[in-house]
Amino acid sequence: MAELKTFLSPYLTGDVFALVYLVAGILFILGLKGLAHPSSARRGNNFAMLGMFIAIMVTLFHPQITDYMWIFVPMALGALVGVPIALKINMTAMPQLVAILHSFVGLAAVLVAAGMFLPFQPQLINPEGVVSEGVLPQLSTATMIEIFMGAWIGAITFTGSVVAFAKLNGNFRSAPITFKGQHLLNLAIFVAMIYFGVYFAMYQSVEAFVVMCALAFLLGFTLIIPIGGADMPVIVSMLNSYSGWAAAATGFTLNNMQLIIAGALIGSSGAILSYIMCKAMNRSFISVVLGGFGADDDPAASERASAVEKGVKAAAVEDAGYMLENAESVVIVPGYGMAVAQAQHALKEVSEILEEKGVKTRFAIHPVAGRMPGHMNVLLAEADVPYDRVEEMDEINSDFSQTDVVLVVGANDVVNPDAKEDPSSPLYGMPILDAYKAKMVYVVKRSMSSGYAGVENTLFYMDNTYMIFGDAKEIAENLSSSLKGTAH
Amino acid sequence: MVISLFTVALIVFVLACFVGYHVIWGVTPALHTPLMAVTNAISGIVVVGAMMVAGGAVEVASVGVGGYIITSEQAAFYAKVIGAVGVFLASINIFGGFVVTNRMLAMFKKK
Repeated sequence: MAELKTFLSPYLTGDVFALVYLVAGILFILGLKGLAHPSSARRGNNFAMLGMFIAIMVTLFHPQITDYMWIFVPMALGALVGVPIALKINMTAMPQLVAILHSFVGLAAVLVAAGMFLPFQPQLINPEGVVSEGVLPQLSTATMIEIFMGAWIGAITFTGSVVAFAKLNGNFRSAPITFKGQHLLNLAIFVAMIYFGVYFAMYQSVEAFVVMCALAFLLGFTLIIPIGGADMPVIVSMLNSYSGWAAAATGFTLNNMQLIIAGALIGSSGAILSYIMCKAMNRSFISVVLGGFGADDDPAASERASAVEKGVKAAAVEDAGYMLENAESVVIVPGYGMAVAQAQHALKEVSEILEEKGVKTRFAIHPVAGRMPGHMNVLLAEADVPYDRVEEMDEINSDFSQTDVVLVVGANDVVNPDAKEDPSSPLYGMPILDAYKAKMVYVVKRSMSSGYAGVENTLFYMDNTYMIFGDAKEIAENLSSSLKGTAH
Repeated sequence: MVISLFTVALIVFVLACFVGYHVIWGVTPALHTPLMAVTNAISGIVVVGAMMVAGGAVEVASVGVGGYIITSEQAAFYAKVIGAVGVFLASINIFGGFVVTNRMLAMFKKK
């Protein structure tokens, strides 16, 4: 390595590094572009991996990097931790994994910021080795501001993602935690953080840096605790975006274009996903971030519930099976309940048997079904449901009126017709899957409890709706055995 | 007339945001979870910064500081520890993120 580096050193100018980083940056862009379609997605992932490999390799040749032990050992340890988790993680737990990985990026950005700054303060770390003034070089104010930006965005990403992880993983109650003056407190922390950040940038004060980081860590925590489980898709996307901005800020500090390009790509990606999720819930981004949604019982809900006819019709699995196999077209609407019950494999069985019997069977996915964008698609893909059988809301909504049977499994708010018809409903305006337009709807559900928005679902009381109460997985399994039974 | 490195960086950043905007809107909603996983892996690119800190190259990375050499060995040591932890965390992201993305994408099959 050392000989190679000596040999190459005359050729490795700053321009060469910048150009190699540009190639790696382009590979990242091609990687994301590959995700436009499942057929090109794996090639895209390979491009992105190649880009990362090139970026790391060229950095190793950086003339000022002298100590490789401190790079190779932690990198190998990181691989030893990351790869087994990635290979074993249950697809239901993807939101948690993504959240905790965001937190690592955030913390790494804070560490890079600290590592950029602290070596210029040797007297702090080693009281005896005080360097006389004038010898100690001053970092430019621009660099200080960049360090400050990288540190605070990284710190908020870190604690925010840890809280999101804990909520998704069930270590921390997922219901929103709200108290009086919460937003005022957050604002106060934010202002104080900026104050110490500016102080740090002006006077290069280590103390101010530490206080600023501490406040940013605290802010990440207090910002995410008021946000409820149903809003998690937005929050996970938002933290995804933050992790990108943190990387970009680090890139500004290091004047590294690769980091800036990658950070900008990730930042935009997270921001767009947050926007899509908000739109699919008809919530403004601000109202999600302020939190508290899903905490209170909707006072109008009981009135509306009594207004609708209280007659809920329960059906047996065998009845549903009979209707399904005699249908021409069937649409299955999965929700987070399917993921919780791990019913995707059994549902795939059902869809396959129906296909064999000549019933056109498709799955319909609402953008916010699950705990992160695209969560349901991955679960169905895991269960070997071909992706051309899985349709997005916009693709399938016009087909519901020609659908014979809709099977709703563990979904609730995303099929609530009130969102279209009842202006007093908290869901009003949210785009829904038009399951209610089908000739017949079967809803698989554990009980009559309301969804995350705390709203009664009028779909359950409609004439063409039948409820099948029980565990989604058990019901799907019974359904497939009953379908198989009638084939004899 | 000389353009500062910061301005160049800003131009790159803004243009990259535009590229990101257009590329991400092209991603099919079915692959939004793999998108998040792969951006997770890509955000591990902060490893480059952590490698600089861990490998003892920080003073070069700061513009306008020039050939300053850290006088206190201890300061350099602490910087390396900080950098090494950064490399460790970012590497979990890189390896974990790419492997899990690959695993997910392999599941998406056509009939």
